[in-house]
Amino acid sequence: MSLADLAHPRYDYSYGFLDEHARRELRRRILKAIAIPGYQVPYASRELPIARGWGTGGLQATLSVAGPHDTIKVIDQGADDSVNAANLRRFIARMTGVATTTDTTLATIIQSRHRVPEERLRERQLLVLQVPDPEPLRHVQPDSSKAREMHAEADYAQMWLSLYEQLVRFGRFVQGASYPVVVHGRYLMSPSPIPRWDTPTLHQAAHLTILAAGREKRLYAVPPYTEVRPIEFDDVFFQVERMAGRVCAVSGARHKFMDELPVAGGGSLFRISDTGYLEKLVRAARGEPVTIGPTYYDAVGRFYQPGVLHEPDAVPPEGGTGHD
Amino acid sequence: MTDQPPAARPLDPPRLVTGGPLLRASGLRKCYGSIVAVAAVDLEIYPGETVGIVGESGSGKSTVLRLLNLEEPADAGDYRLAVPEGAGGNLFTLDRYHRRMLRVQRIGIVYQQPHLGLRMNATSGGNVAERLIMAGERRFAALRAAARGSLAVSEFPAERVDDPPAQLSGGMQQRVQLAKAIALRPALLLLDEPTTGLDVSIQALVLDTLLRLRREQPIATLIVSHDLGVIRTLADRVLVMRAGRVVEHGLTDQVLEDPQHPYTQQLVHARL
Repeated sequence: MSLADLAHPRYDYSYGFLDEHARRELRRRILKAIAIPGYQVPYASRELPIARGWGTGGLQATLSVAGPHDTIKVIDQGADDSVNAANLRRFIARMTGVATTTDTTLATIIQSRHRVPEERLRERQLLVLQVPDPEPLRHVQPDSSKAREMHAEADYAQMWLSLYEQLVRFGRFVQGASYPVVVHGRYLMSPSPIPRWDTPTLHQAAHLTILAAGREKRLYAVPPYTEVRPIEFDDVFFQVERMAGRVCAVSGARHKFMDELPVAGGGSLFRISDTGYLEKLVRAARGEPVTIGPTYYDAVGRFYQPGVLHEPDAVPPEGGTGHD
Repeated sequence: MTDQPPAARPLDPPRLVTGGPLLRASGLRKCYGSIVAVAAVDLEIYPGETVGIVGESGSGKSTVLRLLNLEEPADAGDYRLAVPEGAGGNLFTLDRYHRRMLRVQRIGIVYQQPHLGLRMNATSGGNVAERLIMAGERRFAALRAAARGSLAVSEFPAERVDDPPAQLSGGMQQRVQLAKAIALRPALLLLDEPTTGLDVSIQALVLDTLLRLRREQPIATLIVSHDLGVIRTLADRVLVMRAGRVVEHGLTDQVLEDPQHPYTQQLVHARL
């Protein structure tokens, strides 16, 4: 009898790239994150064949929850075809055998960097957001151990102070992407650098959102149907980017999040940032049979849940004197 | 500056103090390693009263202030404030959350070094507003109005409300600190050498503001200073500290005119 006879047969391959211990740890961390909405759970971020900062957090979350029957869509700044998105999609497909798609309505797992799709996510869909910096308090408290104490005490006054300062100095909230939100009335959370346009889509969402930072080794989650409120004043409200007046040069659509493309001669034109959605609009215009899901913002720019967003007209005149 | 001219206000007749003290601290003790900063200090402050602590550098007077501001835990001692948040218990036993809420709602402090009490790069108005934000105010217009009001009370020029303290003079920075300290009308105001480091004319202006404030808002005040002139101007009663102990206490005039303890005599004569 040799040692080889006593040992387990050797497996050269572990499903989904991560070894079983890593997968188990990640899944337990994800469950904890779901149980405490918005709370940053530390986890042991594994080495991956891509560099830290290129979506390793999101990739680990996706690899640990994906099964062979899933369908995956990977987005980078709204685009399915950028190098980063294509690489991640190919890697996940090779390691887990999942089907891939660019259609939001067909995907079961959507890993994204910097955007939430325009089409509404449903129950049992999973949105994995790649997070560069999970700490919303970073710019008011650079010391992360102190920031954790502030989270523990829900001591978020400094965030409203920074809003106050923005109103005094600029007359409006100037934070563009990763606008801080309060989840379930308790934890302040950075929603990853999604534009303000996408921030309200997390509020009372039907889908589960997992946000994972690979370099910072933190992950957090927003369970389905959870309160997610952007920080604002009672008399000066959070606003999404103004898309009124912008028309998509490819599809003619309005009231979707647009990329501005410079053109020769110094002008610019707009194009819908969500390429999967744009592709379906183009195919539908050609008369091909495609199913376009309901979107978060309708054709006239109204958000699908009433009462979440304040119309720009409803804002009272500026209380500050930031303009003078 | 203020809404009502102070001259129109008649002097209140003297009243008997019938209620208990607002602040009652006994047996305060604090060591840093082998150094005993505060050995045993007992202190009572009645509502509306101003108490001074004098003593040389290193006598433990600033440590007493830090203990009373709940910045540091005391090694021993009992500290009670007659406010609802205090719940009649020893404040040193409060948990972090309640300690912070009590400090925000009931205790205002002015430090000698403005950078300890202010965010030097936020606006002055924002510094004052932060106090109200911590107490739960979420209306921008109300924050703005309260910050302006509180800064006006501390005689801060209205046109500089949106300048950060980093761009202000020392006297102005102390006024911002004072405005921040009184923004929520605290029960207890702690002043740690509020005029030290200012030149004499600015000192006089800041002292004027403090005197007027004391007339208009009867806040129990504890003022720590090594400057007997400041203590003589502001304090009703005075404690003389040396090596972490109170060596003499009494009415300000009495202690400064007729000092009994040799150390106090030395201190008063060094001054005069």
